[in-house]
Amino acid sequence: MKSRVWWLVLAALLPLPAMALTGEEVMKQSQAAFLYPGKDFKARVTMKLIGKDGGERVRELVMLRKNFGAPGGEQKYFMVFFKPADVKDMSFMTYKYPAKDDDRWMFIPAVNMVKRIAAQDNRSSFVGSDFTYEDVSGRDIEDDSHVIEREEKLGGQDCYVVKSTPKKGDADFGHKITWVAKANFLPLKEDQFDRKGAAYKLFTADEVVVIKGHPTVIRRTMKNQQSGHRTEVTYANTDYELGIEDSLFSERFLRQPPRKWLE
Amino acid sequence: MLTRIALPAVLLVWLLTPMLARADVAFSGFLQQNTAFNTREANPDGRHYKWLEERAQLKLDASNGAWRLLAKGDLAWDHLGRQDQSELRELYVDYTASNWDTRIGRQVITWGLGDLVFVNDVFPKDHEAQFSGRPLDYLKRGVDAVKLGAYAEFANFELVLAPAFRESTIPDARRFHLYDPMPAVTTRGTIKPEQGDVGLRIYRDVDGWDAALYVYRGFQRTPSMRPDSMTAPTRIDYFYPQLSVYGASASGRAGDGVLSLEAAAYDSRQDLSGSDFAVPNSQTRLLAGYQIQPMEDVSLGLQYYVEHMHDYDAYRAALPAGFSIDKRWSHTVTARWTQFFLHQTLRFSVYTSYNDSNGDYFANPELRYSFTDKIWGTVGANYYGGKPWGQFGQLERDDNVYLQVRYEF
Repeated sequence: MKSRVWWLVLAALLPLPAMALTGEEVMKQSQAAFLYPGKDFKARVTMKLIGKDGGERVRELVMLRKNFGAPGGEQKYFMVFFKPADVKDMSFMTYKYPAKDDDRWMFIPAVNMVKRIAAQDNRSSFVGSDFTYEDVSGRDIEDDSHVIEREEKLGGQDCYVVKSTPKKGDADFGHKITWVAKANFLPLKEDQFDRKGAAYKLFTADEVVVIKGHPTVIRRTMKNQQSGHRTEVTYANTDYELGIEDSLFSERFLRQPPRKWLE
Repeated sequence: MLTRIALPAVLLVWLLTPMLARADVAFSGFLQQNTAFNTREANPDGRHYKWLEERAQLKLDASNGAWRLLAKGDLAWDHLGRQDQSELRELYVDYTASNWDTRIGRQVITWGLGDLVFVNDVFPKDHEAQFSGRPLDYLKRGVDAVKLGAYAEFANFELVLAPAFRESTIPDARRFHLYDPMPAVTTRGTIKPEQGDVGLRIYRDVDGWDAALYVYRGFQRTPSMRPDSMTAPTRIDYFYPQLSVYGASASGRAGDGVLSLEAAAYDSRQDLSGSDFAVPNSQTRLLAGYQIQPMEDVSLGLQYYVEHMHDYDAYRAALPAGFSIDKRWSHTVTARWTQFFLHQTLRFSVYTSYNDSNGDYFANPELRYSFTDKIWGTVGANYYGGKPWGQFGQLERDDNVYLQVRYEF
């Protein structure tokens, strides 16, 4: 009896890292670090869509995000487009729920109309880029099974290497390997394979800076290795803890986005 | 024509100069070529084009604190006889406070959930633009109005007060083969309402659904015609009958898609008994729409739309001999398929509509490509058919293929 108590005390005194994380826990912490930092978040996002031949298209938008609950919980996203010219002033709002389809709305300036839009396919391309909706706002952790394959260094940083395999066969990828930095849990690299096992999309976090204490990927690339097309994303004016009001995520402001959030 | 835009614009800019001096000001606009040519027959005026024009749009967007000014004006040249088609598309001032806001001036307002089916959207449209292959931004006409928005915990309110009535644009009889029950009467005039109109929309979230109520008191946006005599007419007057609309809508997630439901009662105040053949009968309009994303980069929208005449027996009894007879119930189905290709730079869409009571149909396939981030071009077609007095049937000989090219800056 006495020795058992001693064992418990000893276990409690051991530093946390010694407790082995499961693949699922790594991916949960990674999601929290990558998509949930801060109460709210803002960035001016520039997406360069670059073709195999080098041809370039630019999409520019402001993205605002607010968390409602703990990491992995409900979030609301608000986006306003600046470029290209034919989508200028278009705005877009998502209520993201864990384990349930998102609600999405779009404001179409040409006819001054707010429209609710269907959103069951989170694997579809976000504004024509190589990123999917899920790449932008997250994929449910429970949709895949996660296994730590190994631990290794990537660019000098200690990483968990996690293999994630969709539980259902309806994803466009067969499995993916993610390098998650042990220090801050950001995904530094993600190698996606198609359902036949061939190299598919490759995500890289190209620049990480710390903003208000939150390590933030401000430059990232997603390359489709099969088509040669890639998308480079840069965040500017990134900020956290801005005090974004709940009321922002409404039809009123979808029609007339407040200028203070558009810088 | 030009002075009609320039004068109020200059006045407004002068009035707002102190504000503009400190404001964030952005200029943008586009240059556009738009051509639509007939594929079946020449126009009634003998021309072969439905549309042939060059257009430039200039947009000024200035804001300063709670204030914002937006001015959007077009300079356009029509090659089919109208010549200078310059117009002030929008010109308004916004003031935004925490729980309310207002927009004063010419503005586009769209209510309801329909896709080219209008149940609660009582605001002016440009039907000619729709039928002659013009870009979507020309589907709606602005209203000159004061719009007040109030945002409370329990609901949001949008009140629209228009001191002067603005009608929808209907197709020009020189360009379109419009149904005319009295072609021999050539003396015609138009009487516009001297009053304005008022509308109220109340909306909120109800258990994850976007719900709204609508009330409108004003006039029909498209004219009715009244001959001076039924036996020996010498003159026809077009007029806009008094109308009130009471409606509701809801949209939310259902299954894998979005379900939209809309209903409205059209109270034809100028003919409460339904016995005046020149005034549209009171109606109920019902719309159900469903939109899904069957695969990546594809959207499919389906609509089922019903119109029901309230005083059908009175309508039939009053209808003069020789006039076409509408049915008590009218059922319309529409479908729209939209698909993106090449990283969403190429868009294919097709809209079709079919009405089972008069066989009316309309099909509009369209292909649009963004050559660069600033230049896009569209090629599309409008096909019409049905009975000669139907909304689309009368346009049977007006099938056209259109081209739009726009450079945006």
